[in-house]
Amino acid sequence: MHPGDLLSSLQKKFSAGEQIKIALVGNPNCGKSTLFNALTGLKQKTGNYPGVTVDKKTGVYKHEYKKKIQWFRVIDLPGTYSLFPKSLDEEVTFNVLMDEKNPDYPDVILIVTDASNIKRHLLLATQLIDLGRPCMLVLNMIDAALANGIQIDKEKLEDVLGVPVVSCDARNEIGIDEVKKKIFVFTGERTPQNGIINLNFIANQNYVNTVHQFIGQSSVYASLLKHKQYTHQKENLKLFNEKFFEGFESRDMLFRFEKIKKITLECVAYSAERKDLRATDKLDNVITHPVWGFLIFIGILFVIFQSIFYLAEFPMRWIESGFGFLTQKLTETLPHNFFSDLLTNGILAGLSGIVVFVPQIALLFGFISILEDTGYMARVSFIMDKLMRKVGLNGRSVIPLIGGMACAVPSIMGTRTIANRKERLITILITPLMSCSARLPVYTLLIGIMIPADASFGYFNLKGLILTGLYLMGIVAAIIVAAVLKYVLKSKQRSFFMMELPVYRIPQLKTVGITMLNKVKVFLFDAGKIIMIISIVLWFLTSFAPGSEFKRIEHEYTDAVKNTNNDSLKKEITARMHAEKLQASYAGHLGKFIEPVIRPLGFDWKIGISLISSFAAREVFVGTMATLYGSSDGENTVSIRQKMIEERDPKTGLPVYTTTVCLSLLVFYAFAMQCMSTFAVVKRETLSWKWPIIQFIYMGVLAYAGSFICYAIFS
Amino acid sequence: MENRVKTLAQLLVGKSAVINGFTDNTLALKLIEMGCIPGETITLQHIAPLGCPFAFEVNGTLVSIRKSEAQSVIIN
Repeated sequence: MHPGDLLSSLQKKFSAGEQIKIALVGNPNCGKSTLFNALTGLKQKTGNYPGVTVDKKTGVYKHEYKKKIQWFRVIDLPGTYSLFPKSLDEEVTFNVLMDEKNPDYPDVILIVTDASNIKRHLLLATQLIDLGRPCMLVLNMIDAALANGIQIDKEKLEDVLGVPVVSCDARNEIGIDEVKKKIFVFTGERTPQNGIINLNFIANQNYVNTVHQFIGQSSVYASLLKHKQYTHQKENLKLFNEKFFEGFESRDMLFRFEKIKKITLECVAYSAERKDLRATDKLDNVITHPVWGFLIFIGILFVIFQSIFYLAEFPMRWIESGFGFLTQKLTETLPHNFFSDLLTNGILAGLSGIVVFVPQIALLFGFISILEDTGYMARVSFIMDKLMRKVGLNGRSVIPLIGGMACAVPSIMGTRTIANRKERLITILITPLMSCSARLPVYTLLIGIMIPADASFGYFNLKGLILTGLYLMGIVAAIIVAAVLKYVLKSKQRSFFMMELPVYRIPQLKTVGITMLNKVKVFLFDAGKIIMIISIVLWFLTSFAPGSEFKRIEHEYTDAVKNTNNDSLKKEITARMHAEKLQASYAGHLGKFIEPVIRPLGFDWKIGISLISSFAAREVFVGTMATLYGSSDGENTVSIRQKMIEERDPKTGLPVYTTTVCLSLLVFYAFAMQCMSTFAVVKRETLSWKWPIIQFIYMGVLAYAGSFICYAIFS
Repeated sequence: MENRVKTLAQLLVGKSAVINGFTDNTLALKLIEMGCIPGETITLQHIAPLGCPFAFEVNGTLVSIRKSEAQSVIIN
C-alpha cells in the first residue's frame, strides 16, 4: 500500500469515529510502559501474545478535542533496540508492526524515546519512520534531559524527521494531554510523510525494486525488512538473495548512526555533564561493591522473604477465616444435598484456595516492580551473573528462588523478568524444590512424631536441625537439577547477556500499583480456572464412594449417635464416621490401589489417601490425617500427632509411624510437586501442558527415589 | 609483539578507549544497537564482584557486557 493510501484510510477511520489503534514502540528503558499507564490509566488488560509468553498489554482511552470524541486503543509492544529482531520479545514487536493481518496491526506508530538518550534511541526511530507508516515521535523523560543539560529543538527535529514530535514526562504525568492532543490532531489531519534515510548505500537497486514489488509493503525499506525476516515462507524463499542481505543489518545501522550524528548536531544541544550518570556511578560503587553489594542484596532478599513469609500471613488468615465462616453459614442454612456440598466443599474451597494467594502475589510483585523501576534489578543480574550462569541460571533467578522459600506460585510468575527463555524455564522448573511455607505444617507434624520431646544434638535442637536439613536438601536438589537441565535443554536462541544498566530513579507508586493489580488479575483468571477444576475433582474423590457404602456407614453411625447423650462421645463417634467415610471414598479406593507402589517407601494406603488429597496443597496432608484418624478437634496438631503415634499396623501390631516412615515421608514432601496451584501457574507461564507435566514427573521421581533410598537405608 | 590486538576485556577500571571494530558479527549487531559504535569512546566503569561482567559507559548509556563478549570488541 502506498503511504498516502494508508493515511487516507486512517483519516476515513477517524472521520467515521472508529477506534484508532496505536502501538507504543521503543527501546527497553525508554519509559514506554510508564507512558502507557499514563495514557490508559486503569483501562488496561494484560495477556499473552498467541503462542508466546510475552506480556501483552493493551488499553483504551478517549480524547475530546473541538467537540469531537475519539476512542484510541493502545498496545504496549515489547521493547526492542532495532527492527532486526534477536529475541522472542523483539520478534513479537516486529510481527505486530509488519503483518497487516495481525489483529493488533497499528494505525499509528507512536515512537517512544528517552530524550536524555536521544542519540541512541533515534536508531529505532529512524527505522520506524522509514516504514512509511503514519507515525509520531514522543520525547519522553524530557525532565531528565533538561536536568542533564540536554536541550532538543522540537520544531527542527520535526522538520528533519518529517514526523510530528511531542515531549512529555510520563513519570510525573506532565505533558500527557499534549501527547493525546497531538495524536488526535495527527490522526485527523496530517499529510503523508516520507522516509528519511536514503537507501542508496544498497548497491543492487534492481533487486530492491523486485522485492518491493513482490512484498508490497508501505515502503521499500519495509518490504526489504519483511522479506529478510520471513525467508521461511516458501514464496519468499525463491526470491531470497542471501548474498544481498550479507552485512545488511550492520551497514544499515552504521549508516543510520552517521545520519543521526548530523541530526543531533542540528537539533540537540549538550550543555553540561551528565549528572544522572555521575550519581548512578557513585551509587554503583556501593551497590556493585564485592562486600557492600552482596550485603545490600542479602538485606533486600531478607525483607522480601520476611514480607511474603510473615506479613502476607495476616491477610491470608483473614481470607481463610472469611471463607471458613461463609462455608459454615452456608452449610447451616442450605439443605444437605449434592449441590450444596459441591458449592461449599468443592467450589468455595477451590475459590478460597485461589484467593489465598493474592496477598503473596501482590507483595512479591510490589517488590519486583520497585526493584525494576529503580534500576536495581539490572544490578542484581550484574552482581549475580557469574555465580548463577554456572548452573544455567540468570542473575535474576535469585529473587524467584528465594521467593520460592515462601511460595512457588508468585515466584514462578516473577520469572518474567528473565529475558532468556532457557534460563527462565530452568528457573521455573526448579523453584518448587525450594522448601515453601506450605511444607512447614507437614514437617512440623512429622518431626513431632519422630522426636516427641525437645531432644538435642550437641548444642542444637534436634527438631531445628532436621528442619534445616530439609531446607538445605531442597536448595542442593535445585542446584543439581538446574545444572542437569542446563545440558539437557536445547536452546535455539543465541543468548546475549548484554543489557543496559539504567540510571537509578525513584520508583513511581502508580507503576508499582498497576503491576500488582495486573499480576493478581492474571493469576485469578488464568491460573484460577485450573485450580478450580482440580479442586472440584479432589472434592469429588474424597466425598463420594462407589455403590452405597456411604449410606451404610451413615446408617450405622446415626443410631450410635442417637443412643448417646454424652456430648464428647457424640463428637468422637461423628469423627469416626468421617474417618470411615473417607476410607470408603473413591480417594480411599485410590489409596488402596496405589498401596503396592508406595509400600516400598514404607507408606500404607491411608498415607496414600493423604498423598492424593494433598495434591491440592501440601498442608492438606495435615487435615486429611486428622479426618483419617478420627481426630475430633479438627486440625489440632497435638491430638493428630498422638493418634498417629498410637496407630498400629493391624497385621503386625507394630507402630505405623516409625522414625523411618516419618523420614521417608519428609523426603517425599520435600521433593514431590504436591501443589495444584504451582501446576496451574507453570501451565500459565509456559503456555503448555508439557512443562508442568514434566515437572510433576521429575519431582515425583525425585521424591520416590529419595523416599525409597531413605526407607531402605534406615529400616 | 605481533598479533596483539587490544580488546575491551583488557581495559582497566576508569580507563577509556575508542572502539575500532568487532571480531564476531552477531555480537557486533547487538553491540551496535546498544550504542557501541566504532569511533565512539567507551569507558570501563565497574567490574562485577566476581570478575565478570563489566559495566561500560558508552554514548551516555551504561551497558553490562560479559568478559567473553567484551573480548570481541577491538579497541585502539
